[in-house]
Amino acid sequence: MLVGTRKGAFILNSDGTRKSWDVQGPLFPGWEIYHLKGSPVDPDRLYASQSSGWFGQVMQRSSDAGKTWETVGNQFLYEGEVGPHKWYDGSPHPYEFKRVWHLEPSLHDADSVYAGAEDAALFQSKDGGTSWAELPGIRTHKTAAEWAPGAGGLCLHTIIIDPTDHDRIFIAISSAGAFRTDDAGKTWRAINHGLRSNHIPDPDAEVGHCVHRLAMHPSKPETLYMQKHWDVMRTDDGGENWREVSGNLPTDFGFVIDVNANDPETVYVLPITSDSLHFVPDGKLRVYRSKTGGDDWEALTKGLPQEDCYVNVLRDAMAVDGLDPCGIYFGTSGGQVYASADDGNSWNAVVRDLPGVLSVEVQTLK
Amino acid sequence: MIQVVLPRNLQSLAGTGRTVELDVSGQATQRSVLDALEARYPALLGTIRDPGTKRRRPMLRFFACEEDHSDDPIDAPLPGEVAAGKEPYLILGAIAGG
Repeated sequence: MLVGTRKGAFILNSDGTRKSWDVQGPLFPGWEIYHLKGSPVDPDRLYASQSSGWFGQVMQRSSDAGKTWETVGNQFLYEGEVGPHKWYDGSPHPYEFKRVWHLEPSLHDADSVYAGAEDAALFQSKDGGTSWAELPGIRTHKTAAEWAPGAGGLCLHTIIIDPTDHDRIFIAISSAGAFRTDDAGKTWRAINHGLRSNHIPDPDAEVGHCVHRLAMHPSKPETLYMQKHWDVMRTDDGGENWREVSGNLPTDFGFVIDVNANDPETVYVLPITSDSLHFVPDGKLRVYRSKTGGDDWEALTKGLPQEDCYVNVLRDAMAVDGLDPCGIYFGTSGGQVYASADDGNSWNAVVRDLPGVLSVEVQTLK
Repeated sequence: MIQVVLPRNLQSLAGTGRTVELDVSGQATQRSVLDALEARYPALLGTIRDPGTKRRRPMLRFFACEEDHSDDPIDAPLPGEVAAGKEPYLILGAIAGG
């Protein structure tokens, strides 16, 4: 398990039973680690986004599963003319690189990796992170001048590569919405039809939706799940149309969403009280699971605190492993990392006192 | 040799101690010292100056001989004591945040 926190990174190892965990870290102590992720081609190859309000962006690469790291390229330059996006007050504001939120290694080449940035842009490295080039098609999308930042910034935070067609990539930007390319990032289309956001002037607008997270099961790439600012959504046609599947959730605000590795219709969310109260409702930490692809949700509470709990779980802080039964993992703003080795039926705190967790990823090694 | 004092996070990033000694060719200016520092420790590229504009990062400041040189012209000569290696050139992170 690869855990990024506000004050460093941690690597947690376990065997297939997932009962006891060895904790290594902190790596890069004192730095914010927004995300770290391993290559599916070579699991020893890890990439980490290390950043700081003082010292800017640093990129790290490991070729030995995190035992040693080397700094690689950290020049993220926007290509060509850089136009404005909207600022919080609606005024035009120049695009400015701030940090990398999410790293998505290629499905076929360990040296190739995508980086999702704030202000919203997509970069790619084909040399193991040594150099980065922008794929400017998304930042120069016809709607880009209308995008405005969410509370966390104008960030491109989700990148999903279609395992059946590597030229098809889904991304999400807060608060612009979801987008899809079918030509490896050259051109993009907004895929937000069916989303409705009551806090924007036109609730059904093409863009302006604060999408918090997308999730896909690799066996069913036309189906995606979305945790929007408010609303849990689902599409079965690659994003052409979305429908709400919030169903009986106690609140449909939240950040994370993920899919069980062994069933594309089993989905997990973690409801958060509201956009003004970024903690779980009623002091209870509850994961909600749907076995029907949404609409019908059950609370999973065994092993999770059910009183006096007021943590948040951020958008990149939930992951699933590839075992059967599926392991589900998430990290909280309070520094706890919880794990379930039985599809979410029961949970254990793997660690309780890390810095606030920004991201959780899992590698299933054979 | 010019002495440069680094903030803690940059020490760990560069894998060095608090003070590094640099051989700077030509006149000692902030640009020549920072260029030499980044050449010796490439991991620091972009962490003190923006990699594109080369402007000082806003939450860092540069001090020497008890004077704040943060807003001095980048090519202005540093004090003679710094050039002579008797006083360090200090890179400081703002005391802010948590």
